[in-house]
Amino acid sequence: MRTLYQFHGGVHPPTNKAQSARAPIVPAPLPSKLVIPFHQHVGNMAKPLVKAGDRVLKGQLIGMPEDGVSSAVHASTSGTIASIGMEVVAHASGLPDLCATLIPDGKDEWAMHEGMDYRSAADADVRFALRLAGVVGLGGAVYPSDMKLRTGRHKIKSLVLNGAECEPYITCDDRLMRERAAEIIRGAEILRFALDAEEVLVGIEDNKPEAIAAMRQAAAASSDKIEVVAVPTIYPGGGAKQLIRVLTGIEIAAGVRSTEKGVQCFNVATALGIYRAIQFGEPLLSRIVTVTGNVRNAQNFEVLIGTPVNELVALADPLPDTNHYIMGGPMMGIPLPSAQVSVVKATNCIIAASDKLFPPAPPPMPCIRCTRCADACPADLQPQDLYWFAKAKEFGKAQEYHLFDCIECGACSYVCPSHIPLVQYYRFAKSEIWARESEKNAADKARERHEYREYRIEREKQEKADKLAAKEKAAQLAREQAAKPAQSASVPATTDASSEDAVQQKIQAAINHAKQQAASVKPKNIEQLTPRQQAEIAEIEARRAHIRELAQSHVDHPHVDHPKEAP
Amino acid sequence: MFFSPFISKQDTVSQIMLKVLLALVPGIALYVWYFGPAILVSITLASITALGTEALMLKLRDRPIAPFLKDNSALLTGWLLALSIPPLAPWWLIVVGTAFGIAIAKHLYGGLGNNPFNPAMIGYAVLIISFPVQMTHWLTPHGLGQVELGFIDQLGYMFAGVLPDSLRLDAITMSTPLDTLKTRLHLDEPIKQIFGLPIYGHLAGHGSEMVALGFLLGGLYLLAVRIISWHIPVAFLGTLFATASIFYLIDPAHYVAPLFHWFSGAAMLGAFFILTDPISSPTTHKGKLIFAAGAGLLTYLIRAFGGFPDGVAFATLLMNICVPLIDAYTQPKVFGRKDKADGKDGGQP
Amino acid sequence: MLSALLVMAAIAIVLGAVLGFAAIKFHVEGNPLVDKIDAILPQTQCGQCGYPGCKPYATAIAAGEADINRCPPGGEEGIRKLADLLGVEFKPFGGDTLPKPKSVAFIDENLCIGCTLCIQACPVDAIAGAAKQMHTIIASECTGCELCVAPCPVNCISMVVIEEKITTWKWKYPVYALTPVK
Repeated sequence: MRTLYQFHGGVHPPTNKAQSARAPIVPAPLPSKLVIPFHQHVGNMAKPLVKAGDRVLKGQLIGMPEDGVSSAVHASTSGTIASIGMEVVAHASGLPDLCATLIPDGKDEWAMHEGMDYRSAADADVRFALRLAGVVGLGGAVYPSDMKLRTGRHKIKSLVLNGAECEPYITCDDRLMRERAAEIIRGAEILRFALDAEEVLVGIEDNKPEAIAAMRQAAAASSDKIEVVAVPTIYPGGGAKQLIRVLTGIEIAAGVRSTEKGVQCFNVATALGIYRAIQFGEPLLSRIVTVTGNVRNAQNFEVLIGTPVNELVALADPLPDTNHYIMGGPMMGIPLPSAQVSVVKATNCIIAASDKLFPPAPPPMPCIRCTRCADACPADLQPQDLYWFAKAKEFGKAQEYHLFDCIECGACSYVCPSHIPLVQYYRFAKSEIWARESEKNAADKARERHEYREYRIEREKQEKADKLAAKEKAAQLAREQAAKPAQSASVPATTDASSEDAVQQKIQAAINHAKQQAASVKPKNIEQLTPRQQAEIAEIEARRAHIRELAQSHVDHPHVDHPKEAP
Repeated sequence: MFFSPFISKQDTVSQIMLKVLLALVPGIALYVWYFGPAILVSITLASITALGTEALMLKLRDRPIAPFLKDNSALLTGWLLALSIPPLAPWWLIVVGTAFGIAIAKHLYGGLGNNPFNPAMIGYAVLIISFPVQMTHWLTPHGLGQVELGFIDQLGYMFAGVLPDSLRLDAITMSTPLDTLKTRLHLDEPIKQIFGLPIYGHLAGHGSEMVALGFLLGGLYLLAVRIISWHIPVAFLGTLFATASIFYLIDPAHYVAPLFHWFSGAAMLGAFFILTDPISSPTTHKGKLIFAAGAGLLTYLIRAFGGFPDGVAFATLLMNICVPLIDAYTQPKVFGRKDKADGKDGGQP
Repeated sequence: MLSALLVMAAIAIVLGAVLGFAAIKFHVEGNPLVDKIDAILPQTQCGQCGYPGCKPYATAIAAGEADINRCPPGGEEGIRKLADLLGVEFKPFGGDTLPKPKSVAFIDENLCIGCTLCIQACPVDAIAGAAKQMHTIIASECTGCELCVAPCPVNCISMVVIEEKITTWKWKYPVYALTPVK
């Protein structure tokens, strides 16, 4: 029997898992359209490879991973790209992002794909294959899996597979482990081989006995040493850091890579995705999504990435008083800005919510420093102090008290008797600190460029003066040598003046020319346009707008995503 | 728009405060049994004053009144103050103390959650400094006095300051066991002889020891329902016991047994109800231990060597001052930063 | 009496010596205040404060010649930080200097004649181009100072407000009413 460790704090919210865990996973039918965002992962957005009107095949690469942390995006089925444009996506901001809208043709015709033998392939090739297959962490953190296989010089002792699934309502991993345990174990073997890990530990909360049994059976059939461990049910025991702590006793601080401590952790669904990608060359096109909450038939669906949430939820028959949807669990999920947004790789669960199911919290009272939050915090933080600093916008102090070690699990808000939205304050403080950091970097860069420019101007002036002095000297010398009276002194001045005039004239001519051009581009003959011509003009205008937009998109300061662990 | 977590426990501040009030009931019941119903009158008076002052201050500060009146924190302040002062106190004493505690010590610092000092103890301190005479008129417990005042007479004294004919105040009041002990020790009476006085019971004062037992019971209830943690009561009573033991072992003729200290004065009330006030006590576990141990030590020192018979109130206030400092120096190690090697700053965004 | 005077004098001498030593030992080169102020200023180098750049403005503030509310790009936040640093009262923006939403310059490339006037005006070298060649803004380096707008002879430079995107979006400060919802 393995000795398990504990982490500080944790809470026991009602699990509400039974509703959706009963029925087996059902493949969701092909939706009427797929809206596939190019930025579904942590890191840089994938670069679009297709344009409106293109026909694509199932599994065809439509978004190329950019440099650094990034991942690929694929067409989830065969069909036609209707548009590439800004659509509202599943993000707390409710802002639009670049998406490809794909109209399926119903044929579900696969693009060419083939697996690889990972045992004989180079490590880098395996990683590249995963990158191109768009495999990212499916537990909710959507961190590109290929990046997690870069261990550098660190030796990995334990590979942890996360099947804990501690968030209430969510059962997608539970069902997946019950039904596809063998494939998950194959994925674990690939990961163990790639990381050269000594042991594989699968952590599953003890409220999922069927999943534990299925995984044990599958693990027994494996030639690798894979141990399925039942861990105590406590939220957030499924957070990667918390699970690693429970299984190995190792604590990974914020900003530290777990590989440095000889551990790496993958979600069970990710392991399966890795298996499909390596064995069959299948990119990540679908995922299991729990649809639950205020619905009649709560269950798990296998859903194509890009499926609109409203089409998916309709399959579970939502009750009429459903007024909004939550992506993820009730502890860490985000409210969806609209039911029209699409399922992305991070979508592990859609909860139909009503005021009855999640009654709005009573208005917050002042903090009475009861420290229930500190007792519940799995990161050993003092949430009441962080709240105080975040509220007073004392961001330096908040950082000193380890704000960035907060995993935003929500345990503090859950237990707060004053019902203060604590996590909200931490999110605010974190994003404010990031924004200030990037503003400061931009200001520093601007200062540097400005100072360099001044230095350059100064230097040029100096050089000019030196040159002039040298010339003067040479002229003087020449004059002296010729022993002629100086008379050419004013000549350079006049030529200077005349050349300046010439420049002015040229500029004037150019301005006139430009003005004529500007005038000439004024639309003519716009009175009798055919609808076709109007459409063409509109299209050209749209293209121009698009170019402007692209130019504008460079305006963003390079954004750094901060992977956060999701249970 | 609302954000995660979408679920939360049903507990509220008002329920927590209500449970604390409930935990005071056994002690109050024993109080009534031994000292008569006057205490109920002072508690009622303190409650009314507390709520009234709270409402007035909220109005002056332009804050919503209803949710804060319902949080029961003002009631708790009133009850604690009423239990700390003599039960036969004149009405204005209770009103002044409670109003000062709520208006000055609580609201001038920003209201609920922001007061650095325990408002009830501030009220007590103001009273004992300003009206020392009235603060010594403790009722003689049931069965000890030659005369006992009826309820009506008690009311008469509290509100009109009149006593039935032929009665002098001395006949119905006495000094507390702690006070008596101090005075007589000062007169070099041996402890054995002092304890022979009828006002002393098994462990401490007759009657008052049972009231303390009642508060202990209530405190155990608060521990059981996890409204308070064990740190403060254990550290406070432990330090008080340890310090008293040291002096008792050195010189039992002049220093009383540690259990006497536990069951005298406001020790039990302080350990479970006053020091544990979350707002004015430290938030870290280590800090709570230091805070309560300091209060225990100060309580003993004030009792044994200071000018006041009891020291819980001043010990509490003195330790309240230290809370920010204690908190700052007892921050627990954060997840993943418990080894020295991992101790680097987590501030990087 | 005399001994008291002597003691006081001795203490004064010792403390004076300590202070004098500290002044030499912990002497800081340059004027750290100017750098501290400069670090708060947004480095747009726009000159809206009436000084030819952020550093000159910082120097003027440090010398007590300039007010702290002359920097629109820094916003009220910037004034607050300056007030904090200098220990003075917060001052709201006066009359003509008002903060604008953050924006970057955009050159209409159909109209640009390649005159290089904007390149010379740009304080942070954020415009690429050469004589008679089309110019373009390096948007990631542009501070939005607007200094290039006026010199352009064909008015082809406009300021484009930076819109909030998912990548720059910030969580908002939680605001909740204290009154119960009826």
